[in-house]
Amino acid sequence: MMGSESEGFEEANLYASREEMENLVLDEPPNGRSYSNYRSAMSSLSDTHHPLSSPIVVTPADTDPLLSPPMYRDLRNPNAAENSYLEPPSYADVIFSPFEGDNGNGGVESPSKSSENSSVLSRSLSSSSEYLKITVSNPQKEQENSNSIVPGGNTYVTYLITTRTNLPEFGGSEFSVRRRFKDVVTLSDRLSESHRGLFIPPRPDKSVVESQVMQKQEFVEQRRVALEKYLRRLAAHPVIKKSEELKAFLQAHGKLPLAATTDVASRMLDGAVNLPKQLFGDSASVVAPHEVVQPAKGGRDLLRLFKELKQSVANDWGGSRPPVAEEDKEFLERKEKVQDLEQQLSNASQQAESLVKAQQDIGETMGELGLSFVKLTKFENEEAVFTSQRERAADIRGVATAAVKASRFYRELNSQTVKHLDTLHEYLGLMLAVHNAFSDRSSALLTVQTLLSELSSLHSKAEKLEAASSKIFGGDKSRIRKIEEMKETIRVTEHAKNVAVREYERIKENNRNELERLDRERHADFMNMLKGFVVNQVGYAEKIANVWAKVAEETSKYAEESS
Amino acid sequence: MLTTQQRSASGSSQSPRSPSAQPFLSVSVTDPVKLGNGVQAYISYRVITKTNLPEYQGPEKIVIRRYSDFVWLRDRLFEKYKGIFIPPLPEKSAVEKFRFSAEFIEMRRQALDIFVNRIASHHELQQSDDLRIFLQADEETMERARFQETGIFKKKPADLMQIFKDVQSKVSDVVLGKEKPVEESNPEYEKLKHYIFELEDHLAEAQKHSYRLVKRHRELGQSLSDFGKAVKLLGACEGNAIGKAFSELGAKSEMISVKLQNEAHHLLMNFEEPLKDYVRAVQSIKATIAERANAFRHQCELAETIKLKEINLDKLMLIRSDRVGEAEFEYKELKAESEEATRRFETIVRLMNEEIVRFQEQKTLDMGIAFHEFAKGQARLANSIADAWRSLLPKLEACSSS
Repeated sequence: MMGSESEGFEEANLYASREEMENLVLDEPPNGRSYSNYRSAMSSLSDTHHPLSSPIVVTPADTDPLLSPPMYRDLRNPNAAENSYLEPPSYADVIFSPFEGDNGNGGVESPSKSSENSSVLSRSLSSSSEYLKITVSNPQKEQENSNSIVPGGNTYVTYLITTRTNLPEFGGSEFSVRRRFKDVVTLSDRLSESHRGLFIPPRPDKSVVESQVMQKQEFVEQRRVALEKYLRRLAAHPVIKKSEELKAFLQAHGKLPLAATTDVASRMLDGAVNLPKQLFGDSASVVAPHEVVQPAKGGRDLLRLFKELKQSVANDWGGSRPPVAEEDKEFLERKEKVQDLEQQLSNASQQAESLVKAQQDIGETMGELGLSFVKLTKFENEEAVFTSQRERAADIRGVATAAVKASRFYRELNSQTVKHLDTLHEYLGLMLAVHNAFSDRSSALLTVQTLLSELSSLHSKAEKLEAASSKIFGGDKSRIRKIEEMKETIRVTEHAKNVAVREYERIKENNRNELERLDRERHADFMNMLKGFVVNQVGYAEKIANVWAKVAEETSKYAEESS
Repeated sequence: MLTTQQRSASGSSQSPRSPSAQPFLSVSVTDPVKLGNGVQAYISYRVITKTNLPEYQGPEKIVIRRYSDFVWLRDRLFEKYKGIFIPPLPEKSAVEKFRFSAEFIEMRRQALDIFVNRIASHHELQQSDDLRIFLQADEETMERARFQETGIFKKKPADLMQIFKDVQSKVSDVVLGKEKPVEESNPEYEKLKHYIFELEDHLAEAQKHSYRLVKRHRELGQSLSDFGKAVKLLGACEGNAIGKAFSELGAKSEMISVKLQNEAHHLLMNFEEPLKDYVRAVQSIKATIAERANAFRHQCELAETIKLKEINLDKLMLIRSDRVGEAEFEYKELKAESEEATRRFETIVRLMNEEIVRFQEQKTLDMGIAFHEFAKGQARLANSIADAWRSLLPKLEACSSS
């Protein structure tokens, strides 16, 4: 991770200086110093000694910096290596490239943030050379050709899902399909079922209320953005990006070849054959092995649900220890830590939002102040009778211009801040996925426990039967038959239990891997977030300072007069 | 030529380094102290006068004054020196009085200090007896003077409003039944009036936004502080290098929050207040405009009356009435009054012309200083913010490489 980062910085360095020389702020003359400051900025980050950082006379901190010669920043700061990023936004823009995808900086493989408009965490893209980019666009209205009584039928919106990839699993480098939101729901459901224990990014809300209340266009656009974010998150997950489900969603033409969530009725019909046994006999009840890999759901699983509920109650209130307990202390500790993390994340995320709002407000008010001064200067100029008025008008114009510029900088600062701090929101959203993964584990464990209890009760029943029948010489034909049946049941249940245990172990493994991945990626992403946030603040603070320093310089004659 | 300070810093009074022979008058308003309770509460100030003028008890005299004393002085000057733009006072503000926040008290003290100093440095106003009484009289005398004047000279806000309205509308003349417009037909003066009225609107808007800007600084400071705290907690939860990084960021945020609060105060005292003062000054000019209109009207009325009296007198003389003497006497009196009224009006015009020049120059200077302070403060704030964040970067680097 570190390797690619510093690599990125050095590459960025070259682009930065070139970019910076091209994009110099129009007001200020090309300044050779800017280049060296860039280098010095870079070098301060990579800890090399900079030629400019020779000892320089430091003026005392409380000297009015504006009364000393213009580049006072150098004089004040003994360590010139730490000196200003004259064009930090371009610096920042190179590292954290602006969101219009390819902006000509093809060579710069952004080591940290992706060049996408969502702050999707795409570290995985650069660490391997795998590439899976998804774009959602072109919403269109389509009609449901149903046999409904109402003419015109149901309309729905489809989106064009375009994928570009170099992954061999896809067998193609670029392709598109049309999907509707219902398909996304299906995809999400299927993924949860087949990847239990993984931290699966949560899908966008159905937003039923919003879809009624909002303007159609706005809502569709909002949904498009959300879908894109979601698919990109899926593509960033090391396991899910190669899953069958995602592949089918992205690639299969026509109707989505994933079984939609079946409703209770059809499942009942499916299981009709097994149903009488399940409903009537406890001794004859069987949980088919392939079903234990799914948590109990409604419909045909009614009985299973009931049993598992009984078990969980026994776990909680029963005096005896459950047959298999969650013993993994490490897991329990980490679970607690995750809960703590979620709380702090939520708090930080909230404060981040307030901060963004405050930054926006100050920018707006500064802009309004500037505009009111623009009006004032125009007025004074038009109505001027005395020289003093014209002088004042000129002064006012200086302030007005500065205020408007500063206001623009605040706005830019803020839009960058939003992008950086969005990482907090992203991880907060991920907490839901973590919860789901943990509950996958709990329900799998519960299934195992239930089966174990089942087994033990079956065994004791079998013992009783054997004991009873051994007393009768020659055997009771019906009893013998019953014993045989019981043995068969035990065998099947034993098999089911083994499957359940394997599933549980699998989920545990998933949890463990995912937790590790979460920690790793989170630390990296947060580190980048902090750096990005700080660099951004520095850059814009400097720009704003420059704007005002100019006005202070221009009005300094008044300070001398009055003192 | 009296030399005095144009503006004083809080509580300090500068004595110019001039030879002792040169006359000077230097005033400062200091040490606000809250007295009384509840609704009766008020603030008293120490007014320190340093001078070598013979009329004054020198070299230094200290008196205690309250807001209503300043109002008395302003009202007296307004009555006596028509045509001169009397320096404005801070608003009475019935609501804030209850709270008397430290900031409010400081703002008021600063405004009162500026008020007195402007009077003391105005070549005509500084010679006023009322100023001397204000600066020198003991508290009892002051109180007596204040109560005396309340009934007679005090103009109610309602009256002033009415005058403003008359100045603006010509309809009132029709209502009063006068055929001739009772307003000056002086295009330059019209332009000035229009300028003053529109200027007030522009300034008021700028002042409103500047006040909001102060608030925004405070809000940003607060949100940075809250953000810093939240980030520190997150850091504590995370631990390791990233936890340390978060803690450093949080601490830095809190530090920067303090800088923002400080700048907010500086902005309030050195930018917003001068703007507000400018608005008040313009309002004071409007009052003078009203006075001029009154004087003009009075002069016109007398001119009218004299004409009638003249006609009447001629008539009486023709018929050799024995009331001629009486009429002549009345006529002479009226003539004198009319000349007086004309003189008064012309003085106002002359004074106003001088005042407007002085006003524009003064305002350019005042605003220049205010803009300088504003820009200086913003630059200082932005630079210290940049420095603070910049100093964090090596620490972040250290955290990410560990």
